[in-house]
Amino acid sequence: MNASTLTRKPYTPKEAVDRLRHGDLGAWPVVGGLIAIAVVFGSLNEHFLSPENLTNLALQMAATGTISLGIIMVLLLGEIDLSAGSVSGLCAVVMAILSVRHGWNPVLAIVVALAAGALIGLLHGIMFTRLRMPSFVVTLAGLIGWQGLLLYLLGEGGIVNLPFDGFVAKLSDTWLPPWLAWVIIVLLVAVSGGSSLLTRRLRLAAELPVPPAWWTATKIGGLAVVLVAVLLVMSADRGVPLLLVIFGTLVVAFDLVLRHTVFGRWMYAVGGNVEAARRAGIGVTRIRVLAFVLSSTLAAFGGILSASRLSAVNQGSGGSDILLMAIAAAVIGGTSLFGGRGRTYAALLGILVIQSITNGMFLLSVDSSVRYMVTAAVLALAVAIDSLARRGSAT
Amino acid sequence: MISATDVSKRYGAVQALQEVSLDLHPGEVVALVGDNGAGKSTLVKVISGVITPDSGGVAIDGERARIGNPHDAQRLGISTVYQDLALCENLDVVANLYLGAERRRWSLLSHIRMERSARDLLASLDVRIRDIRVPVAMLSGGQRQSVAIARALIGEPRLVILDEPTAALGVEQTAQVLDLIRRLRERGLAVLLISHNLADVRAVSDRVVVLRLGRNAGEFRTADATQESIVAAITGAAA
Ligand SMILES: Nc1ncnc2c1ncn2[C@@H]1O[C@H](COP(=O)(O)OP(=O)(O)OP(=O)(O)O)[C@@H](O)[C@H]1O
Ligand SMILES: [Mg+2]
Repeated sequence: MNASTLTRKPYTPKEAVDRLRHGDLGAWPVVGGLIAIAVVFGSLNEHFLSPENLTNLALQMAATGTISLGIIMVLLLGEIDLSAGSVSGLCAVVMAILSVRHGWNPVLAIVVALAAGALIGLLHGIMFTRLRMPSFVVTLAGLIGWQGLLLYLLGEGGIVNLPFDGFVAKLSDTWLPPWLAWVIIVLLVAVSGGSSLLTRRLRLAAELPVPPAWWTATKIGGLAVVLVAVLLVMSADRGVPLLLVIFGTLVVAFDLVLRHTVFGRWMYAVGGNVEAARRAGIGVTRIRVLAFVLSSTLAAFGGILSASRLSAVNQGSGGSDILLMAIAAAVIGGTSLFGGRGRTYAALLGILVIQSITNGMFLLSVDSSVRYMVTAAVLALAVAIDSLARRGSAT
Repeated sequence: MISATDVSKRYGAVQALQEVSLDLHPGEVVALVGDNGAGKSTLVKVISGVITPDSGGVAIDGERARIGNPHDAQRLGISTVYQDLALCENLDVVANLYLGAERRRWSLLSHIRMERSARDLLASLDVRIRDIRVPVAMLSGGQRQSVAIARALIGEPRLVILDEPTAALGVEQTAQVLDLIRRLRERGLAVLLISHNLADVRAVSDRVVVLRLGRNAGEFRTADATQESIVAAITGAAA
């Protein structure tokens, strides 16, 4: 066999339509939406696409995006976590109280807060799997209960300020020096390009089909262009924020785990068909508990990032619309509510959509009532696409 | 050789199986037929470890086998394809073939190793799927059935049990699956096929075992048996 016969043939139009009907749209609707948002707000307000505003956007999305990443872990199983907002607030409060009121080392306080998040997730997971309570109810109780604990811990004062020059506050006020940002980008492109080439070699050696070379090259080139563009824009302002690097690392790391480890494969399997997974000998209970643990731990981390931006925690931490935005982001980004379908990049793309709408409307001084309605429309559209895709795949 | 001997199983007032025996030889397709409620599924469940019989049991090469659960059965080389396939529609063919038995190094999936052997396996069974990396949801019913059967072969079993593999399929896809069953026989596997469709049974099996009201009610070499004699054994009419 020569290489050309191994190349995967392009799809015929009929097959392409079929893939669309089955919900294999991938990230394209969101990317299209983002471009539309950029064009609309960019033309309505010249400040929207300015480096300063785009950098602010990056800062604004990291915390909720991290919470959204956790939500994806449970959505992949076809479950839901309504407690993520409360848990994020509660764990941020735990961190703040330990580090400020008790003078703990901030890193230790963060670790303990994350552990508290993991423990909460464990509790949710056990209630879901052992007591067989619907995840909706378990985490609804969590939403209320952990909020209560947060208020109790905060006590009379109701606010804990974090020192502006402390470790936690610095997290969201650290900017990568340009040389470091460039090194990271070169490394990212080299590693992803190298692994693509290596995979290609190995697949050819095993006589497996490979995508056309131009496609692989385009993907790597596209990645390089996007990364460099982001870097250039942010360098025109304060530089690349550490917060964005943290969030990006989480998204990429979890994507790799989900796609390349046995654990990830089993997550998708349980989300796709629990009965099949169980018969195949997969420990369904363990996977489910782990998903809730991951969700709450990431929520805790998101809460800490949010506290870092605010340099404080208060009674509103993790409240208001954070939970709803995190869930909406996951779904808008392309995670299926029915389980088994979605990637971690949904958190990044989805939160980018929501945060740009919020940010753009703010610049246009539109009332937040309108912002809510627009966000709702986008969410409804995303869920409609998801439901249609599911109908398509059921036939 | 795998044999079930004098298997009895009672559900409350219903004697689902009474001293039923069945021999399964390598390279032979045995069809298990019988009317609704004759006890076919119950017998299969005993062999595949889903239930334990009240008396009697399964022997492998003459030695009594302890089959307490489906895992024991799988370890002993008994692989079952259930009627509701149990595929993950959101995963691709390779992932489904290796579900729960992923080839890995530490915890990392060996994508290439799995895809290579998946392709070899499917090719050796002459299963044609254009792109094995699309979700199983996008395959036809016959292709899904083929994937489910191929998956039963991953653990290198000696016996494959198929419960109504053609029930939901059209003419052409049924033919595909019957071809696949013949290829299992060529591989030297013992095959136990449950079916209500006598045409399929006659097309593909070497031997027909009839159950009636939980008892053995006849055994035929397919080549020698007439349709009428099999039907008579199923319904209990004097032949
Ligand atoms: N779990 C159970 N509890 C009680 N009775 C059962 C159970 N499983 C099977 N039976 C009874 O045992 C008898 C044999 O059932 P079985 O399912 O083995 O029949 P079958 O030959 O597979 O029929 P079909 O062709 O309808 O699938 C039936 O009378 C059935 O009602
Ligand atoms: Mg049956």
